[in-house]
Amino acid sequence: MSPVAGREVVLETIGVSKSYPLEGVVVNALCGVDLRIHRGEMVSIMGPSGSGKSTLMHIVGLLDTPTEGQVLLDGEDVSRMTPNQLAALRNKHIGFVFQAFNLLPRTTAQANVELPLVYGGVSGPERARRAVEALERVGLGYRTGHFPSQLSGGQQQRVAIARALVNRPSIVLADEPTGNLDSRSGVEVMAMLQDLNAQGITVVVVTHDDRIARHAERIVHILDGRVRSEEIVAERVLAAEELRSMPPEEVAG
Amino acid sequence: MNLPEAFRIAMRALAANKARSALTMLGVIIGVAAVILLVAIGTGVQGEITGQIEGLGSNLLFIVPGQYSGGMGGDQAPPARRLTLEDADLISRKVEGVSAVVPVLQGGATIKAGNRSMRVVVAAGNEQGTEVFTSTLAGGRHYRRSEVQVAARVVGLGSRVAETLFPGKDPVGQRVSINGQRFTVIGYYESLGGGLSGDQDSQVYIPVTTAQRLFGVNFINTIVVKAATADDVERVKSEIRRVLTPRYGEEFTVFTQEQTLGLLSDLLGTLTYMLAGIAGISLLVGGIGIMNIMLVSVTERTREIGIRKAVGARTYDILSQFVIEAVALSVLGGTVGIVLGWSGAAAMARFTPVPTDVTPWAVALAFFFSAGVGVFFGVYPAWKASRLDPIVALRYE
Repeated sequence: MSPVAGREVVLETIGVSKSYPLEGVVVNALCGVDLRIHRGEMVSIMGPSGSGKSTLMHIVGLLDTPTEGQVLLDGEDVSRMTPNQLAALRNKHIGFVFQAFNLLPRTTAQANVELPLVYGGVSGPERARRAVEALERVGLGYRTGHFPSQLSGGQQQRVAIARALVNRPSIVLADEPTGNLDSRSGVEVMAMLQDLNAQGITVVVVTHDDRIARHAERIVHILDGRVRSEEIVAERVLAAEELRSMPPEEVAG
Repeated sequence: MNLPEAFRIAMRALAANKARSALTMLGVIIGVAAVILLVAIGTGVQGEITGQIEGLGSNLLFIVPGQYSGGMGGDQAPPARRLTLEDADLISRKVEGVSAVVPVLQGGATIKAGNRSMRVVVAAGNEQGTEVFTSTLAGGRHYRRSEVQVAARVVGLGSRVAETLFPGKDPVGQRVSINGQRFTVIGYYESLGGGLSGDQDSQVYIPVTTAQRLFGVNFINTIVVKAATADDVERVKSEIRRVLTPRYGEEFTVFTQEQTLGLLSDLLGTLTYMLAGIAGISLLVGGIGIMNIMLVSVTERTREIGIRKAVGARTYDILSQFVIEAVALSVLGGTVGIVLGWSGAAAMARFTPVPTDVTPWAVALAFFFSAGVGVFFGVYPAWKASRLDPIVALRYE
C-alpha cells in the first residue's frame, strides 16, 4: 500500500511550468510538473543538477511563482500571489533548511530561531519561549546564546532546523541539507529530519544524492524539467540505525 | 514587524560594524557641528555689533558725504565734496535740540614712546566726543575745548596702547610721538574687553583740529550729532538736511541710529545665512556618505536580505529596516554634532574674542535637517534592498 494513501494533500502543483530568459534565450526550467505533497509524509525530490529541481523547490517553497499552472496550498491557489502575500505564506507555512545553513552571522542561535516569529508578529516572552523550545527540540537547548561562528556545521544546521520548525509550518523544505556537512553530521541531520517526520511534520528533501533521497518514504525523480517517475522507497535508510553502526563520535571541546 | 523591533535590528547592524558606522556618522557630525558653530558665530557677532551701536544711545545721527540710497553694497561714487569743521559748527549753531555735535576724523598712524612703538587708529573729535564715543577714562582727562581750538598736541590712549607703550607705568604726563610729532599724554581709557571691538583698545584720541594738521587735510570724515532726546531725532534730521542742503545739494546723507542698525543687521543676517548655507553643504556631503555606505551595506548583506525574505520578511520590513539604519546613523551623528558644535561655540566665546550665540532654531534646524538627510539618502538603498528577489539574494555569494 502506498504510504500516502488516505492522507490529506497539503501542497499540490498542477501543470506547473517555469520559463525565464537567460542571455536572450528562453529557458524552460519546468514543463508541466504535477506534484502532490501529503500532510505528514517525508518525500524526496531528486534529480541531477540542471534537472529543474531547484526551480521546483523555489515554487514549492513559495519563493517563486510558476509561468503556467497552479500551486495549491491547502487547496488555495497561491500561484498568482504578490511577493508580499507569498512572504506572509512562507512565514506561516514553510520552514527552510538550506545547504549553506543560511544563519545570520553575528546573531545568536536564539535570535536566528526567533527570526520567523519576528516577521510573524510574535513578540516578547512568547517568542523567546518558543525559540528556546525549538532549540531544545533539536538538542541545542544549551547553546541559545552562541553565535553561528561558535558552532560546528552540524550544530548550525540544527539551529537552521529549529528556525524552520519554530513557526509550526505545514512543510519543512530541506535543500541538500547534508551538502556542507561531514558524513557523521550529515547522518545526524537526516536522523533529526526523520525523527521530526515521525512526530508528524511534513518534510520535503531536495537532493541529487540517491542515498539521502532514500531516507524518505517516497522519491519524485525530476529530469529535464519533468517528473520522470515516482518511487515508493522499499527499504528506507534509517539514519538512527546508521548512527549506531558508526564509530563513536570523537568528543571534542 | 513593529517599529521598536525594526529599531533593534538596525541598532544591532550598526553595532556590528562600529568603525564603519562611526566614520559614516563623522560626515554628519562635521556638517551639523559646522552649521551650529557658524550660525552661532554669525548670530553672536550680529548681537554684539548691534548691541554696541545701541549702547551709544538711540538718539545719534551720522552725517557722511555722498549719496547713500540706504540699500546694501553697490558701488558708491566717491563723494564730490568732503565735510568740514564749518559744517559741524553750522549744525551746532543752527539746529535746535542737539546736545552734542562731534566732527570725526580717523586715520592710521604710528605711535612711539622711547624705543616702543605700535600702529594705531587715530580717532579725532572735539571736546563733546565723550558723548558719542564709548570709551571710559581710566585715568587723566579728556582734551578740552581750548585744546581743540588751538590744536594742542594732547592724546588719550586706548588701554592696549597704554599697556604697550608704558607697561606698568602711569602714562599720564608722558611724551609720545605720533607720526613723528610730539604729543603729551593727558589720559588713558579702560579696556573695552574682548569682542570684535577689541581694536578700540588700540585707538588713540586727539583733537580733530590736531588730527587735520597731523594728516595734512582740511576735511573731516563724519559728523556725529546727538539729539537731546530720542523723540527729537527725526526733527533734528530734517533740520540738518535743511542746513546742509544749500551747501551740498543732495551730496550728503544723514543716517539715524535706527537706519544704521537696520543696515548692519541686514548685512550680518545675510552673512549668517551664507555661513549656514556653506555648513549645510557639508551636511549634504555627509548625507551622500550615508547613502554610499548604505548601498555598500545592502550589497554586502544581500544574503541576509534573502534569508529574512525567505522566513517571511515583506518588502516593507526590509525597507524600514534599512531606512531606520540610515536615519539612526544621521540622527546619532546629528546629536553628536550638536553637542560638538555647541561646545565649540561655548569654547570659542570663552577663549577667543569672537562672540557666539547658539540659537534654538539653529539646533532644531540642524537636527531635523540631519534626520531628513538620513531619510532622503537612506530611502534609495533601502528601496533597492527591499526589491531584491529572495532566490537571487539567497544564491548571492
